[in-house]
Amino acid sequence: MHSSWNLLSWLIFTPLIGAVLLYLIPLFHPSVDRHGSKARWFSLAVAVLTFAISVCALASFEVNGSMQLVERAAWIPSFGISYAVGVDGISLALILLTTVLMPVVLLASYSVHSKVRAYLFHMLLLETAMLGTLAALDVFLFYVFWELMLAPMYFIIGIWGGTRRIYATLKFVLYTVFGSVLMLAAILYVVWAYAQQTGEMSFLLSDLLARTELSFKEEVWLFAAFALAFGIKVPIFPFHTWLPDAHVEAPTGGSVILAGVLLKMGIYGFIRFGFPLFPRGAELFIPVLCGLAVIGIVYGALVAWVQTDIKKLVAYSSVSHLGYCVLGLVALNTVATTGSVYQLLNHGISTGALFLLVGVLYDRRHTRDVAEYGGLAAKVPVFAFLFLVFTLSSIALPLTNGFIGEFLILTGSYVTFPFYTTVALLGVILGAVYMLTLYMKTMFGQLDQAKNGSLTDVSAREVATFLPLLILVFWMGLYPQPILRRLEPAVDTFLSDVKARSQMLEEREMGFMAQMRPQLIRAQEGAVPGHGIVQRTSLKESNL
Amino acid sequence: MERTNAALALIPLFPLVGSVAAFLVGRVHKRAAGIIASLASILAFVWTAKLFAAMSAETVLEDVVFSWFGVASLQVDFTLRMDALGAVMCLVVTGIGSLIHIYSTAYMAEDDSVHRFFSYLNLFMFSMLLLVLGGNLLVLFVGWEGVGLCSYLLIGFWFRTIDYAAAGRKAFVVNRIGDAGFLLGIFLLWMNFGTVDFLELEAAIAGNMTLVGLCTVVALCLFIGATGKSAQIPLFVWLPDAMAGPTPVSALIHAATMVTAGIYMMARMDFVFALAPFTLAIVTIVALLTAFVAATTALLQNDIKKVLAYSTVSQLGFMFLAASAGAYWVAIFHVVTHAFFKACLFLGAGSVIHGCHHEQDMRHMGGLSRYMPITFATYLVATLAIAGIFPFAGYQSKHAILGALEHNVNPYIAPYNSWIVALVTFTAFLTAFYMTRSLAMTFFGKYRGHAHPHESPAAMSGVLVALAVLSLFGGWFLETRLPNFLEHVLAVAPGHASETIVESLLHSWVGIAGVVLGLLFYTSLAGVPGLVFSLFKPIGVLFQRKWFVDELYQAILVRPLEGVSRGLWKAVDQGFIDGAVNGSGAVIDTSGQVLRLTQSGQVRHYALWMFVATIAIVVFFLVRS
Repeated sequence: MHSSWNLLSWLIFTPLIGAVLLYLIPLFHPSVDRHGSKARWFSLAVAVLTFAISVCALASFEVNGSMQLVERAAWIPSFGISYAVGVDGISLALILLTTVLMPVVLLASYSVHSKVRAYLFHMLLLETAMLGTLAALDVFLFYVFWELMLAPMYFIIGIWGGTRRIYATLKFVLYTVFGSVLMLAAILYVVWAYAQQTGEMSFLLSDLLARTELSFKEEVWLFAAFALAFGIKVPIFPFHTWLPDAHVEAPTGGSVILAGVLLKMGIYGFIRFGFPLFPRGAELFIPVLCGLAVIGIVYGALVAWVQTDIKKLVAYSSVSHLGYCVLGLVALNTVATTGSVYQLLNHGISTGALFLLVGVLYDRRHTRDVAEYGGLAAKVPVFAFLFLVFTLSSIALPLTNGFIGEFLILTGSYVTFPFYTTVALLGVILGAVYMLTLYMKTMFGQLDQAKNGSLTDVSAREVATFLPLLILVFWMGLYPQPILRRLEPAVDTFLSDVKARSQMLEEREMGFMAQMRPQLIRAQEGAVPGHGIVQRTSLKESNL
Repeated sequence: MERTNAALALIPLFPLVGSVAAFLVGRVHKRAAGIIASLASILAFVWTAKLFAAMSAETVLEDVVFSWFGVASLQVDFTLRMDALGAVMCLVVTGIGSLIHIYSTAYMAEDDSVHRFFSYLNLFMFSMLLLVLGGNLLVLFVGWEGVGLCSYLLIGFWFRTIDYAAAGRKAFVVNRIGDAGFLLGIFLLWMNFGTVDFLELEAAIAGNMTLVGLCTVVALCLFIGATGKSAQIPLFVWLPDAMAGPTPVSALIHAATMVTAGIYMMARMDFVFALAPFTLAIVTIVALLTAFVAATTALLQNDIKKVLAYSTVSQLGFMFLAASAGAYWVAIFHVVTHAFFKACLFLGAGSVIHGCHHEQDMRHMGGLSRYMPITFATYLVATLAIAGIFPFAGYQSKHAILGALEHNVNPYIAPYNSWIVALVTFTAFLTAFYMTRSLAMTFFGKYRGHAHPHESPAAMSGVLVALAVLSLFGGWFLETRLPNFLEHVLAVAPGHASETIVESLLHSWVGIAGVVLGLLFYTSLAGVPGLVFSLFKPIGVLFQRKWFVDELYQAILVRPLEGVSRGLWKAVDQGFIDGAVNGSGAVIDTSGQVLRLTQSGQVRHYALWMFVATIAIVVFFLVRS
């Protein structure tokens, strides 16, 4: 379906236009706009406008599994690079998450006092990068946006971050670049293979999916490169140690976006590129990914439990939560994978809100040490209520959003991995342990720190930042159907694409080898009984 | 079976709306909170009663509120359903719940956060009603977790005391352990039958002998869930601590309703348990141990609420014993009578605590019968009921439990039936004894405290009287009506032959013996308990210190796990992984520093390197050829 309105392009570039206008319009110059309040209002308006455009996209979206609102234009024709964007249910959901979170983050930007205009510029630039990453259908375009996300985040942490921000940014950037460089190499290899086989250049995902033939061995290496890039982003254990440092040092808004959207890109990358391009390579790595996911769930929860820095605790809880998402993804059935995408949204909402809540405390007391708090529920009841709701959402209490995601993931993956899923249930228990311990130590008990005596409850502006998230928590817990209905066909398309390409590659490789060395193939058939996803999924189709 | 549509959603909706209203209005008008919440609860009761009045034993009322969520073949509707079992539970929850709400309006009148209290209490009612009305496992699970949340909030209601808040957290976490098992059961059921709806599951499973293996596992998972919510070994540790909550909460949540959810769930899933004799044998053993251990612990507690808490754990064991013998209706019977007399006891204890100005230690009570005659009379009735003395309500249900255990046909258990009955009888004796002890220590002898005890206001004493009446006649009233009503939902064994009054009194000998001995020991022979304690000191200390279970869990579970977590963080995260990350950074840094030395800018150095390299290349090729 072609869009005559170029809706997605407007969506992607509206924040960028806003960011540029921040510097072009003299009204926003710090000499005129002393406290940056005009610039704040303007960027908030831009973010809300972006949200409105995303709602338009939602309105014109039809409930099926296809790519919609597709736009295509040649960009660098000599290399077959094109500007191609489009959305399916999965990317649309994540786009909406981004456009919902951004106004919230900008509303929370009042805690930034220095270089306000630059901060807002980087935030808006970041939004364009994120939206572009989610909509890109050309591998090169995807890579450009993917890398573009890094720069604003680097500055947001590096300029407006805490005391150890330089170490944190360096770690963040090095980790990420390490992964993405390998991904770039893998992308180039695939395109080279495509050019070899077809005699033309194309970075277009649909071309690569349909016509690139890769051997099993090639797939394994290429998937490994992609998996490293995406796995670091998720982050999958043991590539997670950049996350606590980045979160602790990042300003509140940076943390919210980092947890709320950037972490999702890893899973999204697996779904959009990693699994469909290299299905048999992915198949080989599934046990590894599944094992690491479960380790991450339990490990993240255990380590979160003993943290004394609230932000670090929430950061480690992300490691645990994202572990569920990986588990649901690699289970590769409709229930679990839909749950996995749903859980991405949930995590963005509840963990984003938790970071905002930590920000509220930090703005007032300038500490994130759990021991500095205690007994706050008596002093700031509205804050305590909000904290409770998002805590419950985070530990997946039924009728909050978290439950739907977690239940779908666990139910679905139990069918594929009964043992691993049973171990993952430990996370359900441990989640309650670390979150309720945090809640108890900060909110309950005597108000014994003298400095907390003058704490003020959340302001109207702060309530306004939490309100959309609060509504989403209950809406997505009570009536998730409108979202699930749009996710499910996209997930089905993803699963059948993976299956079909796996089958195609298997047949081509077998056929090719049958021509070359008929005797080898018989030996291979005996040794490797079909490392195709085909076989595995067909077994479970009866139930899923 | 006839399925009829009915506005079942109204039942939980009243308390839900009440919860919000009580909070919002109660913030401004403190007194209004209690009135609104009580009204909401009573309305739920009236609506339940109205629906119940039009029901026959075979009716199944149904209300599909909306389709909740669905992906592929996992489609879950928000279905509410009320059959005979659900109706009985609903009446108990809303009936006892309303009484406790009314009681609380007086009990909590002085509290600053009364709006929060009633809001939580109504939210609890909402969740509990979802639990008993849920037409599939997931709606039940919503209620199941919801009551857990409310329990958490109400145990830690006085959160300024960190120990109370910690008790709330403990309750939630321990329950979560059970919930993990419960979820596993749900996964298994959905994976194998593609549905979570009770009626559909029953149609697929009931009586299918090929499913014994699966059902054994599923039933075990479900029972793990039940041990959490219904405080059985090994997950019973949270319930005694839960007494930190206000006393009406202990009465409603931790005695009459929420803690019986495990038994209700087992009765609801009886078609699974029926195919799992091995699991039922485990249930029998666990319940037997729980009943006995908790009863022995109750013997030496001095906090009046702790006695009742351990008593509740023990009585829940009795209910599971009945269920494990296949006598689900008997288990439900005991759920109902226990709700009457235990609510009466807890509220009586609350009245005592209220009258003695927040004193809970029975050593500082005594002689209260003179100051609080109504509380005393009702507490006495309830004590006789729990002791299992005819004609009080506990007699009929306890007698039915013993009867069911005698005729247990479970192949794994049947050979030991007489042993089990003996131990249960002994536990029943202990029950009568420790309850009489608490009665005597509280109400008899001289007053040992320093407050000015007084009788509680009418809202409290009136409720006590109502519950005492139920404790007196409830068992007699339900003895034949309940099995007749439940027989289409639960397996009901043919009723035992009707007894004469003399026979019934003779069958009460265990309770009478316990009461008499308790009276003697704690009134005229006051020196004896101390003597017995010093004679069997190790056992006494074991009982007094609650079998050291909390200490054991701390030592083998909590502390090691915390140590491991800290170790993982320090050693793996910061030591190993970051060591590797920073190390590779350092390697690059150092190699950069070293390589920089080669860039000296001196032409002769470069010439030297070129010379060395040329030699090396020449040597390499020479050697290779």
